[in-house]
Amino acid sequence: MENIAFGLIVAITLGSAFMVVQGKQLLYSAIALLFTFFGVAGLYIFMWADFMAGVQIVIYIGGILVLLIFGIMLTNKITSVNISHTSLQRGAGVLVALGVLSFLVVMIGRTPWLEKTALEPAQTVDGIGTLLMMKYLLPFEVASLLLLGALIGAAMLSRNVD
Amino acid sequence: MLINYALGILFLPLLSFIILILVGKRLPRQGDWVAIASVLITLILSLAMFGSMLLSHDPGFSHEASIEWMDLGAFRIELGFLIDNITIVMLLVVALISTMTHVFSIKYMAGDIRYSRYYAYLGLFTFSMNGIVLANNLFSLYIFWELVGVSSYLLIGHWFEKDSAADAGKKAFLTNRVGDIGFFIGVMLIFTALGTFNYGEIFQGVAQGDMAGTLLTLAGIGLFMGAIGKSSQFPLHIWLPDAMEGPTPVSALMHAATMVAAGVFLTVRLFPIFTPEALLFIAYVGGFTAIFAATIAITQNDIKKVLAYSTVSQLGYMILAVGTGAYIAGFFHLVTHAMFKACLFYGSGSVIHAMHHALHNKHDHDTDPQDMRNMGGFKSKMPVTYWTMVVAALAISGVPLFSGFLSKDAILAGTLAFGTHHPQHFLLPIFGFGAALITAFYMFRLIFMTFHNEPKLPELYDDINESPKEMTFPLVLLSTLSVFIFYTLPYFNPLSDHGWFMELVKAKDSMVPGNPSAHEIAEGIHHSHTLTMILSTLVAALGIFLSWSVYLKKRISADAWAEKLAPYYNLSLNKYFIDENYDKYLYQPLLRLADRISFIDWELYDKYFINGFGHVTKWLSFLTGRTDYDGLDQTIVDGLGRSMSKAGSTLKEVQTGRLQNYMLFALFGVVIIVIFQSF
Amino acid sequence: MDSLQTYLFISAILFSLGLYGVITRRNGIAVLMGIELILNSANINFIAFARFGGMNLSGHVFALFVIIMAAAEAAVALAIIINIFNNLQTVNIDEAQQLKL
Repeated sequence: MENIAFGLIVAITLGSAFMVVQGKQLLYSAIALLFTFFGVAGLYIFMWADFMAGVQIVIYIGGILVLLIFGIMLTNKITSVNISHTSLQRGAGVLVALGVLSFLVVMIGRTPWLEKTALEPAQTVDGIGTLLMMKYLLPFEVASLLLLGALIGAAMLSRNVD
Repeated sequence: MLINYALGILFLPLLSFIILILVGKRLPRQGDWVAIASVLITLILSLAMFGSMLLSHDPGFSHEASIEWMDLGAFRIELGFLIDNITIVMLLVVALISTMTHVFSIKYMAGDIRYSRYYAYLGLFTFSMNGIVLANNLFSLYIFWELVGVSSYLLIGHWFEKDSAADAGKKAFLTNRVGDIGFFIGVMLIFTALGTFNYGEIFQGVAQGDMAGTLLTLAGIGLFMGAIGKSSQFPLHIWLPDAMEGPTPVSALMHAATMVAAGVFLTVRLFPIFTPEALLFIAYVGGFTAIFAATIAITQNDIKKVLAYSTVSQLGYMILAVGTGAYIAGFFHLVTHAMFKACLFYGSGSVIHAMHHALHNKHDHDTDPQDMRNMGGFKSKMPVTYWTMVVAALAISGVPLFSGFLSKDAILAGTLAFGTHHPQHFLLPIFGFGAALITAFYMFRLIFMTFHNEPKLPELYDDINESPKEMTFPLVLLSTLSVFIFYTLPYFNPLSDHGWFMELVKAKDSMVPGNPSAHEIAEGIHHSHTLTMILSTLVAALGIFLSWSVYLKKRISADAWAEKLAPYYNLSLNKYFIDENYDKYLYQPLLRLADRISFIDWELYDKYFINGFGHVTKWLSFLTGRTDYDGLDQTIVDGLGRSMSKAGSTLKEVQTGRLQNYMLFALFGVVIIVIFQSF
Repeated sequence: MDSLQTYLFISAILFSLGLYGVITRRNGIAVLMGIELILNSANINFIAFARFGGMNLSGHVFALFVIIMAAAEAAVALAIIINIFNNLQTVNIDEAQQLKL
């Protein structure tokens, strides 16, 4: 039962990902991305990362994707004809991507991974919170700074130059 | 003491030369007093030496002093003086004639454009001549020998604006040089065989037999060749007549009395080393020259040319004397000849001077002032000149009571003695007496044509005047010295062969075995003395009589005889065409050869070889330039640049400006690295 | 099926797909989408290692940080793309070749 579900989720993820990079229309790619995000969230669930799944959906889909769609909308040339969204270097790109893929696959396949067994936790939120406040406090603060910088940067970049 | 005198005599004229050359023009009177003073002091010093010679009365006197100039081991050159009686007499002759020339030139060369230079060169000449006389070795003799040649060249070409004068100077010097080749060979032969240049050592060497036979004969002939050139013997006599282009006082000094006498002086000095064969050669050359030149002198119309050929002839006499062994007789004739020949030249100078003036007044520049056919009847107008020249002419003709008689007599006695002892050489006395006859003839021809008869150009005649006393004084002095008495003192017998000269200037024995000793020669002369006296007087009288008949009394017509003997007359008048023949068979071929060689050098070598080098270099440099420019620069350097530029513009396509391309490349690189790493 | 390798394979595929999208797509926003895919694949990796490394929650924390960073970056990137669009009147990043030689 689980396996079917797992397989389905993987299929959705990968299929949507493929659609993202293959879509002739930009909006189709955006929708496909949506589904990819969903799929990834599902994968998180399978990996007992409940909080991360939630975060994934909220931020990625609710934030970033929305942003992307806004961007699409803002930069859409209504008068323009259907421009091909794929560049001329598709062949090389395919090659390179396949090359990377193959070496990654080979590497993953050959490495003797050490797996530790673990118990499924009730929830991960506590742990993450604790870690954030204790061990990873500095990165946490830096991340907030980063967000601040991004905020200011984005605002600055998109202002109208007077 | 004597050495100091000698030094003074030698170097004072040189000093005068240096002063006059450097500052002559700026001195008052152009500095002629510098020259005259120097030569007068020389004369005084020479007289002092002469006086001391008479007083000490030592026939064997000989004093030598020398300093070493260069010592290169095997090659030693010294500069030195040899003073013996011959030297002293010669010095006096040179000093006297030189002084007379200086005095004579005051008026003769007055107003000349190079007056001070003329006197400077006279000083140079006097210095050089004295150098020859005083030299004690062949090397320094050679130096002064050449210097005398240079002075001759400079003085003959004094009026070098005239082509003929410049050419004559050149001819004189070059002909001398031809003779000097032989001289140099002779000197070097002696040096090679005997290792020394010094006279005394040479004589010793020859006496010891270190040098003998053919080698010595050759050396002797070589040395004599210098005398042939310098003393104008056949076949190198050609320069002396041309040398008459120079001023007449110069002709008197150099080409009558002193320079040409240097050759005779040389043979007199070196007499002891001549082999019998060499002496024979010398005798024939001299004798032939004597009669040969005399035959030319008969027909010449230029007064100076007559005297020039006469000089050649008389020099031949002196050489003949040396050859027959009576070399002191030759030297004696040198001395007497210096006196009367210089007197004759000065006389002719006086006549020419008067002619110049007369022609100048008439504004006539075409008539030749030296041609005797334009003269005539000057006797009444120029009495001093006339009488002095008559005295000199009598002397040269060998008339008794005059000095020439004594010296000529001695020579002819020598030839007669030689002829008697060696009957196969009968020609030599014939040459001697024949020349005497002809000499008397042409000498009086000169006198009669110039001073007697009617003037050929009457309008000229009016302006003829006697010359100033600066010119007549030397005439008087020299003609006086042509009288016998000055040579026979302290005896008064005009026919004797005794007297201070004969007693003080003694012959030396020959160092060469096979030659008769001085004593034997003197004996021989003594034997023939009487016969000679009679013969020579007869011959002189005959000559004068013939001349008198033809030119004074006009009993025999000169022109008719000239026509009858036309071919001979022509030969004589044209000096046997010797100059023309030399030119045709010697000069022209040499010039042609020189032309050919010059052609090879200029047209072939220079043009093709040297220029060829230039062309090849040009071509090579052009090639190199091409290689450099086209090959290197264009192809390589520029090509490098171009290919770089092309590569750059090709490679810059990599910088597309597109991000995705960059990423692609980066990833590509990563993939490659990984692939390589995994293998 | 539930092994580390599976998840790693999945993330590898996602990664290469995202890479392909980045280097191939002409639209700027499409490139951003590719970048998101890559980031997601990295996240999957983190979570997978957290799960199969004894439930080490550091992985989760890092994934969180990645998400944060992705958000910031997306914001800025979009701002830039909008700027480009305003200036060049196009979103075709091929046209943004001012760095071309």
